[in-house]
Amino acid sequence: MSDGVSRLGVAAWLRAFAAAVAEEREHLTELDAAIGDADHGSNMDRGMRAVLGKLEGLGAAGGPGAPDGPAAPPQGDGGAADVGSLLKTVGMTLVSTVGGAAGPLYGTLFLEMGKAAGRDPGAEGPAADRPAGEGRAAQGAAAEGAELALPRWAAAFAAGVEGVRARGKAELGDKTMVDALAPAAEALRAAAAAGLHLAEALRLAAAAAEQGMKATTPLVARKGRASYLGARSAGHQDPGATSSWLLLRAAAEALAGDEGEARPGAPP
Amino acid sequence: MKKFINRPEDAVKESLEGVAAAHADRLRVFTAPDYIVRADAPVPGKVAVVSGGGSGHEPLHGGFVGPGMLDAACPGEVFTSPTPDQVLAATKAVAGGVGVLHIVKNYTGDVMNFEMAAELARNEGIEVEAVVIDDDVAVKDSLYTAGRRGVGTTVLAEKICGAAAEQGRPLAEVAGLCRKVNANGRSMGIALTSCTVPMAGRPTFDLGPDEMEVGIGIHGEPGRERRPVGSAHEVVEVLAAAIVEDLPFARGDEVLALVNGMGGTPLLELYVVYNELQRLLGGLGIAVTRNLVGSYITSLDMAGCSITLLRLDDALAALWDAPVNTPGLRWGA
Repeated sequence: MSDGVSRLGVAAWLRAFAAAVAEEREHLTELDAAIGDADHGSNMDRGMRAVLGKLEGLGAAGGPGAPDGPAAPPQGDGGAADVGSLLKTVGMTLVSTVGGAAGPLYGTLFLEMGKAAGRDPGAEGPAADRPAGEGRAAQGAAAEGAELALPRWAAAFAAGVEGVRARGKAELGDKTMVDALAPAAEALRAAAAAGLHLAEALRLAAAAAEQGMKATTPLVARKGRASYLGARSAGHQDPGATSSWLLLRAAAEALAGDEGEARPGAPP
Repeated sequence: MKKFINRPEDAVKESLEGVAAAHADRLRVFTAPDYIVRADAPVPGKVAVVSGGGSGHEPLHGGFVGPGMLDAACPGEVFTSPTPDQVLAATKAVAGGVGVLHIVKNYTGDVMNFEMAAELARNEGIEVEAVVIDDDVAVKDSLYTAGRRGVGTTVLAEKICGAAAEQGRPLAEVAGLCRKVNANGRSMGIALTSCTVPMAGRPTFDLGPDEMEVGIGIHGEPGRERRPVGSAHEVVEVLAAAIVEDLPFARGDEVLALVNGMGGTPLLELYVVYNELQRLLGGLGIAVTRNLVGSYITSLDMAGCSITLLRLDDALAALWDAPVNTPGLRWGA
């Protein structure tokens, strides 16, 4: 069994995230209405619908029977050559369709992930954390752009989160997306260092994101529109951290069983 | 909701089509991505000045595109920042080879979207400087908030920087002037009613018939306090006091005073406000040597007004007086 993330896996992840955003659209907007400008759900939904359009023709549609897939020729960048370029396409799509603050932030997350996924891990620090045998295999596979093993995936995700942090100039505890994303990145890194399997690592990352999201409730916002409310922003869960948790939860659901298109995304 | 629109989701697009139809002689309007450029763009050898933001603040920014002011404007959805691809396309369309200034109002989304656009433009070899306007004294500026909002001073910065660029000044100088305007300009607004966003269909916030929101933002963000409606005299005292003590403006200063309508307030009332303002400032020994009265940075249909004061020196006054020829502001041309 391959224990890595392919571009088909990324597509399955994004489809799961799009479904979660569509389902939680009103909830996200309600959270945003309390401390922001009441458009996070609709903005993210618009963006993820655009991403779904870009995924057309790319592998399984995420459900049973999917291998037959749409017969139509790939649209947009459905034929993206590897994980990195697919992630970058997703990033640019979100940047140009979501708007507001979430557009650049989610866009940057995927753009930076895509850049990191395409880099030679041998040239970077995080590679040292990787079990040697698996690392070599991952490097070989990644060179063909086929699949990213957990250590490389964790490093790419960490690069994405670092991009979000830099773009929003937000730190942990500012009551933002970072409060869900950063603990997830750390959980992935630790899981990779401990040599855990992908499925377990993603489950731990989702759990860390959920905890981080819940921890935003008592915080006073220091960034974004919510910060204008000062102390009145406390007592509300951050909408950005909530959508970020949905992203990590979708990864745990969709990527855990990733073996290309063979397994129709069974929940853990 | 009573509005002159067809479908709420088409309002921005159809308004842009209207702008294109009305001003085909001087503007070019592009869609997907949306941006407006002056008809003769790019002007070779001239610094280009680009701004943008959510729609709903008209004439800001599209109405200020033309010789002597903006080279391009990027309208987002109502009260939603434009996206980087829009800003990048506009930047490329007007770049005249000597750099582009982005004038950005200080809202989290605007700042990040313009930042990304500037990075993309630099990757394509275009020199970009960005200046963020944050002049709203109603908002406390601290390390722990997103900072002050950008409001009325934006109009003045666009005019003054546009004039400097038209005179052939280099990017560093035009950007420096923009920072100088921001450093010397202060604003505050007051709302008598909420605005209604077309897609929302109902007022953004509730305000009682006898209440006013002091320190309102241009998207209906709450201000400093809600209090009973006062006379024009009292309203001006509140706004002017907050503005004057913030910079602070001092006896002997010469200022440009902008009395701005929020979209739903008649000019008759704005002149009543201006009259009170000039009298009050005169009493403080502050001379209003330039003024602008009208609706220039609006909040859809909100009834309300804002006051902006900009401390002038001879250089800024001369740039303010320079010719401008845009749908929203025109003199000397």
